[in-house]
Amino acid sequence: MLAQIASAMGVVVAGVFACALYYWLSDKLLSAALPVPEGDARKASANLNRRATIRPWLFLGPALLLLAVYLVYPVIATFILSFYDRSGGNFVGFANYRWAFFDAQFRQSIFNNILWLAVVPAACTFLGLVIAVLTDRIWWGNLAKSLIFMPMAISFVGASVIWKFIYEFRGGNETQIGLLNAIVRAIGGDPQVWISLPFWNNFFLMAILIWIQTGFAMVILSAALRGIPEETVEAAVIDGANGWQIFWKIMVPQIWGTIAVVWTTITILVLKVFDIVLTMTNGQWNTMVLANLMFDWMFRGGGDSGRSAVIALVIMAAVTPIMIWNIRQANRDMGDH
Amino acid sequence: MSAAASLRRIGVPRLILHASVLVICIIWLIPTLGILVTSFRDAGQITSSGWWTALTGAAETSAARLGDPASARQDGPNYIISGSVFDGGDVKSGSVVAFGTRVAAPTEFEAGKEADLGDGEKLTVNTDGSYSYVKSGPFDDKRGKRIYLSITQPPNFTLNNYRTVLTSAGIGQSFINSLTVAIPATIIPILIAAFAAYALSWMQFPGRSLIIALVVGLIVVPLQMTLIPLLTLYNDIGNLFGVSSRSYVGIWLAHAAFGMPLAIYLLRNYIAGLPKEIIESARVDGASDFEIFVKIVLPLSFPALASFSIFQFLWTWNDLLVAMVFLGTGKDQLVLTGSLNALLGSMGGKWEILTASAFITIIVPIIVFFALQRYLVRGLLAGSVKGG
Repeated sequence: MLAQIASAMGVVVAGVFACALYYWLSDKLLSAALPVPEGDARKASANLNRRATIRPWLFLGPALLLLAVYLVYPVIATFILSFYDRSGGNFVGFANYRWAFFDAQFRQSIFNNILWLAVVPAACTFLGLVIAVLTDRIWWGNLAKSLIFMPMAISFVGASVIWKFIYEFRGGNETQIGLLNAIVRAIGGDPQVWISLPFWNNFFLMAILIWIQTGFAMVILSAALRGIPEETVEAAVIDGANGWQIFWKIMVPQIWGTIAVVWTTITILVLKVFDIVLTMTNGQWNTMVLANLMFDWMFRGGGDSGRSAVIALVIMAAVTPIMIWNIRQANRDMGDH
Repeated sequence: MSAAASLRRIGVPRLILHASVLVICIIWLIPTLGILVTSFRDAGQITSSGWWTALTGAAETSAARLGDPASARQDGPNYIISGSVFDGGDVKSGSVVAFGTRVAAPTEFEAGKEADLGDGEKLTVNTDGSYSYVKSGPFDDKRGKRIYLSITQPPNFTLNNYRTVLTSAGIGQSFINSLTVAIPATIIPILIAAFAAYALSWMQFPGRSLIIALVVGLIVVPLQMTLIPLLTLYNDIGNLFGVSSRSYVGIWLAHAAFGMPLAIYLLRNYIAGLPKEIIESARVDGASDFEIFVKIVLPLSFPALASFSIFQFLWTWNDLLVAMVFLGTGKDQLVLTGSLNALLGSMGGKWEILTASAFITIIVPIIVFFALQRYLVRGLLAGSVKGG
């Protein structure tokens, strides 16, 4: 075990050293290949120019290589694979797309994903905003924020265990050790097997993600709220607006941009939700979502890369508008600089 | 000052404000608290009572049989059977809260008080389990009377669950595996991304804005889009060199690449915002870009580097999908999240194992989180676009 840690540490040191060596050596080599002679001013300036042309690519090289191999190429390859059969060998046209369109489980997944998209970003943003407003007004607000933010650090799998324990069901007259069923019994209801309750079980899974992500929304929105100029709020107070009006008519409109960012970030996360469904139900009892269905088809019956690729493309299509919006936003920001 | 006066001074609305934040905090904390408490409880107690009763002692209902009528001794007109309910009961220790004679009402009578059972029979069960069963005539039953008891157990906290999962459930090995994955996967991309970010901020070359747009676009690409081709590629490379396609090197590079767009984006935003004068005056002094980067930009970018490394560490430590695909699901390859997922399947109801394992899984990121929260928040504010 210690040997394994030592080897990991060795890799870190060696990796960092190799990286540093690459940048240092390539820089030296470039300078040596294109010398700047003292006497020959024309050659010196030509070589300096050549260096300036090549050097950015030396700096960018490793990053671009990683991006190309691990992101750009696979995206294109997945797109192409979606037109091929399960082994990726024979062209089948739109057969995989047609399959998806008529597949009940695929439609179930789309429906569930839409359900997640409708509930989770809205719930996180709303709760995050409310908690940000409340905690900004009390002296122990930062402590409260830390506690609510903490689930962000917990893995989806860890969170699933935590919540599975809350939803735990025990049959017959046994003591309910799951908090939810204990509460239900205490107020006189019948304990339920929450995660296999059709349709509603989706919401019990969503609760986990909401629990994790509300802190994120709260932190971002709290920073935005603090950025609101005092004067706008003071002016509203002088005009006789009450707290409710100030919140909805003065504060919220000024942070629309941030709300949009929070909403879209959580939307992307929701589209990729995988771990929670895998660990809670593995898609059983009608809880399947696209990312899990895709993973399932990757290995089901030896794997079907065509169908799997189609499902991945649907997720990709859903994030594309957000991607374009982000790129536009980034371009506009660069224009400002 | 009277309570009412101080209440007036604080103001009811403020009190409601404090109370509601407190309630929210409690709701948010309870799930984690549940597994933390449970992981330290005795396995038997976990299944017999809810974790929220752990401190007060768990009350459980059990049955016991009183002494045989033949053992009754006569005391004047009365016949008395006495002894301890722990001698003939299912539960051997604890303290009795209440007792009853019907299964439907096990808490009918309070412990220590004499209960009149009718027919001239009186039963007293004391907290320590001793009882005296008195009848104003001879007992005519053949067997000892069956009674029902509500018994609380003293809280029984133990470290055994942790000992078990660390040694036999494979969590110890997984912990090491997780560290082996997460540390290089956090550090390797930083340097690569920082050089790229510097080039994209302070060097002029054609296609620069195109690359920035590409990086921003790649931030949101779902991992699902990349899995099939990469798995094929890994298998091909593995076959070509006759090695396993699933290795630590493979997952380090995968994590480094998947974190790269966000890393470049975050670092570029920061590095591009550094004061122009510093970098230009260094250039005038004849420093090369390499020197400027190493001596000026890297030290100044520490906050951004810290933000990104926290992100990347949390993301690689908490990841399940990439590890399942690129590292495999063999016992000696499982990272913590994978182990926990496997345990959920194989140890379904064994909460003493699951909660202790879960806690070991989440403790490292939670320590990182509380220690470096400042940088995490700064990083979130700088680039909240990836979202996992």
